[in-house]
Amino acid sequence: MIAAAAPARDLDHVHSLGEHLGPAPKRIVTGYGFWIFLLSDMVMFSCFFAAYAVLGGQTAGGPNGAELFNLKNVAVETGCLLMSSFACGMASIAADVRNQFWFQIAMVVTCLLGLGFLSIEFHEFADLVARGDGPSRSAFLSAFFTLVGCHGLHVSAGILWLLTMMAQVFAKGFRADIQRRFLCFALFWHALDIIWVAVFSVVYLLGSGT
Amino acid sequence: MSDLELHDRADVAHGDEKEGRIGPRLLGYVTGLGLAILLTATSFFVAGTDLVWQPSIPVALVVLAIAQMGVHLVFFLHITTGPDNTNNVMALAFGILIVVLVIGGSLWIMANLNHNMRPMDQIMQMQR
Repeated sequence: MIAAAAPARDLDHVHSLGEHLGPAPKRIVTGYGFWIFLLSDMVMFSCFFAAYAVLGGQTAGGPNGAELFNLKNVAVETGCLLMSSFACGMASIAADVRNQFWFQIAMVVTCLLGLGFLSIEFHEFADLVARGDGPSRSAFLSAFFTLVGCHGLHVSAGILWLLTMMAQVFAKGFRADIQRRFLCFALFWHALDIIWVAVFSVVYLLGSGT
Repeated sequence: MSDLELHDRADVAHGDEKEGRIGPRLLGYVTGLGLAILLTATSFFVAGTDLVWQPSIPVALVVLAIAQMGVHLVFFLHITTGPDNTNNVMALAFGILIVVLVIGGSLWIMANLNHNMRPMDQIMQMQR
């Protein structure tokens, strides 16, 4: 069907469809493979979300979400992560036009906002543990620390990856393979923000309402 | 090598767009950011307000969260319904299926088990 219609179209359009041109270019394959990984990561998170949803009410006489969560902190965390995702988008544009200066600036902003998010989360966890409401207090808190902590670990890993990408682009320039790695990093960073949307809605906002 | 690079740049992976110009791409990210901020602010407002019927709040929060995930997917990850994006969308659809099965199934089964369990004091008595 498409093959019959193709000759009538201009070459550029056929090219962008990627049909009948042999294997897809490496950038497409890499992006697709990494997308599959991200989806499997989201499936893993869905298991933690399911555990949290089942155990959310099992406080064993301890505090519940409404008594523990500080929504002002959560709003700041959300703002940090959202702006960091936006800055990462700016870095993608800079990488595509091969502008070293703006790429590094955007990556530094991304990194600082990510670190801001992590430090707020770390303080929150340290505060909870110091008050005796650590992961061993109740099933609710075990599920909470596992879910939110797992997201925090992903952000930490993302920041290490971010610093690596800055160094690689600085040392090797915008080579095709470096660009592919950066594409994967950008996808990872945006996907973390999507998971955070689920975390603040389900854990913090729904939890503080009950 | 240069041929390979040309090939690379002419094709579209998700996470990029075809335009080499900065303007439209920048506009896409700014639009996404604006929508995301709007939805987040609405979520936080709805969670803390007394103005709406209380039982509707959880539903509203879930709907807002799903809408915001959609905004992130379209404007930041560039998952669209274009013809060059079919594989990504199919993978996403499968991922959503698994996520819904895991979360919905767990909640359903556990609620059912909870409902059918004897009260705790009876279980304690049986174990004596």
